Amino acid sequence: MFDPNGPFMYGLVAVVILFVIAMSVRFIVLAWKRAKKIGMDPKVLRRVAVSSAIFTIAPAVSILLGVIALSRALGFPLPWLRLSVIGALTYETPAAASAAAAVGTDLSQLITDPMVFATIAWVMTLGIIPGTVLVPTVGKKIENGVMRIRQKDEKWGSLFMTALFLGMISAFLGMVFATVSEGLRGWIPCFVMIASALIMCVCAVFVKVLKWKWMEDYALPISMLGGMALSIPITNLINAIA
Amino acid sequence: MGKYTNFRDYEHFVGRWWMLTGFALLLAVPAAICVVYDAWPPLTWVLEGLLGVAPIYWTVGTIEVLTYVPMLGTGGSYLGFFTGNLTSLKVPCALNAMESAGVEPGTEEGEVISTIAIGVSSLVTTAVIALGVLMLSSIRGFIESPALQPAFDNILPALFGPLAVVYVSKNWRVAMAPLVFMVVLFVCVPSLASSVGVLVPVGAIIAIAAARILYKKGLV
Repeated sequence: MFDPNGPFMYGLVAVVILFVIAMSVRFIVLAWKRAKKIGMDPKVLRRVAVSSAIFTIAPAVSILLGVIALSRALGFPLPWLRLSVIGALTYETPAAASAAAAVGTDLSQLITDPMVFATIAWVMTLGIIPGTVLVPTVGKKIENGVMRIRQKDEKWGSLFMTALFLGMISAFLGMVFATVSEGLRGWIPCFVMIASALIMCVCAVFVKVLKWKWMEDYALPISMLGGMALSIPITNLINAIA
Repeated sequence: MGKYTNFRDYEHFVGRWWMLTGFALLLAVPAAICVVYDAWPPLTWVLEGLLGVAPIYWTVGTIEVLTYVPMLGTGGSYLGFFTGNLTSLKVPCALNAMESAGVEPGTEEGEVISTIAIGVSSLVTTAVIALGVLMLSSIRGFIESPALQPAFDNILPALFGPLAVVYVSKNWRVAMAPLVFMVVLFVCVPSLASSVGVLVPVGAIIAIAAARILYKKGLV
């Protein structure tokens, strides 16, 4: 009898999670050793590690919510496994829904048919495979291209990288405005974005005026968590008005 | 590092092995389900399911490789692309780490900082999900409460607002063109929000073109 929450499924999760942990540790050790070799201050590395850990907590809780949401149909192990590797919630849910629809069912109840479950597992796995294939095959070529730009003209190379970031950030900032045509409630994401941006400005004032250097490392997590916290009263206020 | 004189080459060697093993492991998961429960679905079911997601997500996946590899560096790319959640977590985490450490992407210092940030982020994510699942009965009521819902609905605006302050304020001349274009585009065509990944390289091309023009004119 197939059980999406059975011990076999948890065994599969354990193997994949152990692999993710081993890979992360291997790369951290590799980078840490290299950083020491090229003379980087270990204090900077520790600060980076701590601030990255703090920054990760809130988005990780959001991923956990995704695991819980998908668990209603797929049990805990498969969503846990899938959201620990390659994909993201924005991909895994449509992939599971598409596979379920292909076999004439949906995600409204726990799937206990192993054939249907296996179809969903295959689609979730194969639907987002390019990254694992392309990074080892063309990653080096892409990096070499960027290196050549840098070697040719250092200033332009640096500006090129900055422009690449700005392009990405612009796309996501623009997306925040996608709901403004829905009325006042559609502005909530914009207000949250402005609130978190203002908190960032306040952090910058603390760093520059009060010389709180430590805050530099935590400004982004503080601003993001502050923005998320403020989204609650902002939403309540707008819901009361609109 | 052995025979490798260049750290990046060695990272590629290590990364390829991990990625190859990980790739095999990921394919082994559905295969194991099929073998253990003797439930091999017809190929048409899998292909039909893939038809609904592969065209868009294979395109987005390819675009992400082209856009994020130069930002994340070698080690960061192998780790980030295997552990996932790039846009909402790993890329901003690496950018923030490089910014606060005062190092530039594309340099060896940027490379190691990005790798450490993504590695730590992967470990913390794994720990949070594991603890969350294990302690679910005691925390479920809290994290799923309607009162907290707006906070989790607004993670991306809360994340990209501060990132904009850091990057746009430093390079506002370069940022203006892609920013205005994207805001107008999303206001006019809100349905594009679901395919924002495809628009990242569009934003990047506009920003690079604007940067080139300003650079040639000596304005940046």
